[in-house]
Amino acid sequence: MAQDFRLPQGGLIDRSRLVSFTFNGKTLNGFAGDSLASALLANGIHLVGRSFKYHRPRGIVSAGAEEPNALIQLGEDPRTDPNHRAPQIELYDGLKAKTQNAWPSVEFDVGALNNKLSRMLPAGFYYKTFMWPAAMWMKYEHFIRQAAGLGTAPTERDPDCYDKTHAHCDVLVVGAGPAGLAAALAAARGGARVILVEQDHALGGSLLSTPDEEIDGKPALEWVAAAEAELAELPEVRILKRTQCFAYFDHNYLGLIEKVTDHLPPVEKPEHLPRQRLWKLRTKQVVLATGAIERPLVFSDNDRPGIMMANAARTYVNRYAVKPGKRAVVFTNNDGGYAAALDLKKAGIEVACVVDARAAAVGRLTDQAEAEGLRILADQAIIGTEGEKRVSKVRVAPLSEDGTRVFGGGETIDCDLAVSSGGWTPVVHLFSQSKGSLRWDEDLSCYRPDKSMQAGQAVVGSANGSFGLAGCLAEGDAAGTKAAAEVGFKAKGRKRKAPEAEDYTFLPARWIYLVPSDKPVGHGGKHFVDQQNDVTAADLKLALREGYRSIEHVKRYTTTGMGTDQGKLGNVNAIGIVAEELGKTLPEVGVTTFRPPYTPVTFGIFAGRDVDDLLDPVRTTPMHSWHERNGAEFEDVGQWKRAWYYPKAGEDIHAAVNREVEATRRSLGILDASTLGKIDIQGADSAEFLNRIYTNAWSKLAVGRCRYGLMLNEDGMVMDDGVTSRLGENHFIMTTTTGNAAPVLAHLEEWLQTEWPELDVYLTSVTEEFATMTISGPNARRLLAEITDIELSPNALPHMALALGEVAGVPARVFRISFTGELSYEINVPASYGLYVWQSLIRVGEKYGITPYGTEAMHVLRAEKGFIIVGQETDGSVTPLDLGMDWIVSKKKDFIGKRSLTRSDMSKPDRKQLVGLLTDDPKSVLEEGAALVETVLDKPPMPMLGHVTSSYWSPNCGRSIAMALIKGGQARMGMKVHAPTADGRVITCTVADPVFFDKDGERLRA
Amino acid sequence: MLLIPCPYCGNREEVEFSYGGEAHIERPKEPERLSDAEWADYLFMQTNPKGIFLERWVHTHGCRRWFNAARDTVSYQILASYPMGITPPKLPKTTYL
Repeated sequence: MAQDFRLPQGGLIDRSRLVSFTFNGKTLNGFAGDSLASALLANGIHLVGRSFKYHRPRGIVSAGAEEPNALIQLGEDPRTDPNHRAPQIELYDGLKAKTQNAWPSVEFDVGALNNKLSRMLPAGFYYKTFMWPAAMWMKYEHFIRQAAGLGTAPTERDPDCYDKTHAHCDVLVVGAGPAGLAAALAAARGGARVILVEQDHALGGSLLSTPDEEIDGKPALEWVAAAEAELAELPEVRILKRTQCFAYFDHNYLGLIEKVTDHLPPVEKPEHLPRQRLWKLRTKQVVLATGAIERPLVFSDNDRPGIMMANAARTYVNRYAVKPGKRAVVFTNNDGGYAAALDLKKAGIEVACVVDARAAAVGRLTDQAEAEGLRILADQAIIGTEGEKRVSKVRVAPLSEDGTRVFGGGETIDCDLAVSSGGWTPVVHLFSQSKGSLRWDEDLSCYRPDKSMQAGQAVVGSANGSFGLAGCLAEGDAAGTKAAAEVGFKAKGRKRKAPEAEDYTFLPARWIYLVPSDKPVGHGGKHFVDQQNDVTAADLKLALREGYRSIEHVKRYTTTGMGTDQGKLGNVNAIGIVAEELGKTLPEVGVTTFRPPYTPVTFGIFAGRDVDDLLDPVRTTPMHSWHERNGAEFEDVGQWKRAWYYPKAGEDIHAAVNREVEATRRSLGILDASTLGKIDIQGADSAEFLNRIYTNAWSKLAVGRCRYGLMLNEDGMVMDDGVTSRLGENHFIMTTTTGNAAPVLAHLEEWLQTEWPELDVYLTSVTEEFATMTISGPNARRLLAEITDIELSPNALPHMALALGEVAGVPARVFRISFTGELSYEINVPASYGLYVWQSLIRVGEKYGITPYGTEAMHVLRAEKGFIIVGQETDGSVTPLDLGMDWIVSKKKDFIGKRSLTRSDMSKPDRKQLVGLLTDDPKSVLEEGAALVETVLDKPPMPMLGHVTSSYWSPNCGRSIAMALIKGGQARMGMKVHAPTADGRVITCTVADPVFFDKDGERLRA
Repeated sequence: MLLIPCPYCGNREEVEFSYGGEAHIERPKEPERLSDAEWADYLFMQTNPKGIFLERWVHTHGCRRWFNAARDTVSYQILASYPMGITPPKLPKTTYL
């Protein structure tokens, strides 16, 4: 299709490279250098979307990141993203673009009925309508989700790859317009390490759209090219194009998204490159040269396709050589708006008139326009527009002196393009994200950066409210020089002069935030303040009538500024309208909070390569390969893979666990316990340290003996447990639960360093230095005796003792401790020998039917004995007294958490306490986590006594067993409690002692 | 994200550290002599100033040493960091409305 609206010459496009793309399935052409928006306009397409709420036809409004309407679904499933702004999409061959939020098509949209019903969709409509009855919420939600979607998500996983990188520099310059380039040059000439970030694919910023500007007496773009060439030569400079600085955090830490291959046709994307890259940047100095955004004038029905920003029209004409229309009306409240009128005229577009809200149309450009014979309608305003899918007429009428009324019904002017300029808004987003405060500038009618909260930060150029080109260059140059000097870099030789240019702004201006119409606001036309979220001036006024006052509340209630564009165009107008309505000044109303990201970013960059196997490290024990070969199922415990159970052919988990549990009690089982945390404790004060850390006493523990210890937080709650053994007078080895190995070490270090630095204690994590295997069962001693030189008789190595020696010829520590209630030895060997020793034990143990058992069987075995698992029987609100473990709490010495145990709350009779549960039907196994009640009511809610913490089928008891935490549990021995189940049954149980098997511990001490 | 000056390692990224709350709260020498209210005050209550706050950090993914830092809770600037057991340095007073 011909590009009917392409100018015959000019623009920064490559006419030798025709680019083919599709828009809503239709194939179109553009040129290399086009944006999607400029290519659509070149083909005469303005209608690019339907609005969010009313489904009104919408066109391209801007030429940049601020675009509220032209939101594009780019690419095809699964390579598809929503919410791309058409002006920011670089055109490439084969690009596939679709409009969002239109059904069945953008030309004919069923949802446009909402526009007819708009009286029924006021501000806060969702809050008001979809509240009651609550039972209907599920239906409402379905409807709202369908109606509210901005774009669609891919249905499959993202096939692209993303990178993350860290970088440091001396000076970061954000924005490569005139101010940013001047800053980068000045800083880089001093030798500083500079990163220059530009969202566009070309440097120059506003200069790309203003070909008549001159710098140092040359065309401005020649200066830009020279600056880029000089920067590219400097070894310490990095220029990041197509990169958005989207977030500014404390201490000059910034987030950048680099679009690495998004602009390339699919076939040309190099395989080795990621699609996008996240830069996590720390810099010493920051120069923000983020420019400014033109503010629209809020007039009645200001949202038709063909109505755009004046400066955007300039960009399309000058940068892209595209005619956005044939007959234009320019509406401005400032001198700067005339630049568009002049450029449109120069491009051969008929300028029907310039509607100037100012009482007197004066100014540098105004005079020029007058000299060129443009029709100027001073002290007038656009009061309405017509046109279904494209603006066709505007109505213009004279303004009253105070700017709140118009006289008469207005003159009708035919046009297919209406552009407006309401002044300029500095892009202070990054500055504000970094906690910088803003001040209101009455003359320029905008918020400007005030006090910085970050060291080494400067805001320059129009982002700082310095709108003249000379001012931009001078501020950039000064800030770049200063930033380099602050970090010790100074240009050698004669000081170079800052680049020079003419300096003028868009003043004089007349500030009007809400352009009146011949009908009251909200009647007969819509004054859109936020086009993306379809928020009108009438909505803001309604919110104020309903009592909202804080601008933050008005924002949330009306959703103004809450779209993906975050109100880049509309926010100041919204604040202005609210201020006028409240009779306050804008600074009194205040400004809403700026938050990252400046423009939407993909989730992909945050994931980067940390997906699949690289999502989280996997820790395996030295015997892992044996478990795999022998069919183990694994469970994750923290990052560890632990053997869960070892099913034999035809066995499910229950059959396998029953077999493992039964075999261990009958003869011999073996468990890989390598994941238990191990902390080596040495130093003259080690015993004293343990005294303070554990609830029980350690000074008198003999060398070669082991002791079970319970560790509390200072609030008295159980934190961890485990066996600690004395290897020497000043040498202990502590074991912790698998999941708590790191937190326990951190806990010990904290107390040692912060409260007891005088103690001579050294802590070392040795978890991964040892492979640990537990052999358990009546035949454990017989097996071990065959492959060790250690004397194993009960007198030589009694329960809770340890010995050093060799196992299978490997140096080993053997601890006679038991978590199963059976005769048990825990064998620790250097990790690298783990597999060998394990296999030796399996081989020798064959004659005893040695059975490897996993964590599930371990849980059953310990539950049969009533041994707790921290994190299962405890949840951070359980004390040793609640567990019935008073026996381990020393009355004599102080320890961490002791004082908390005597708080009045701790002795309340209705505290939840640990008990055993026996179901009345021995075959019935309770669900872990099941709620327990005293009395069963017809339906929930029922007063809860507590919950089941552990529950298993016990093959050795021949029945189900369970533990539970219930209110006043210890006083309820022998009483009934009930567990109502989700399917309406009730399991009744009897409260019992939690030790179910071998209550006297004879097997343990065998 | 903060850039935290570890007194032992120098400036490091915040992700390497863990936070330890208010500094200079000493564990009572004889906890059993404290009333429940006094003990609760030690255990749970911390000041929350607008301005300079002396707080504890530990360089978890570094030297694993605990230290104290003086941070402005408004600007998040860290004005000083110093080892455990040292008296905090004299700092300029900041006032916020």
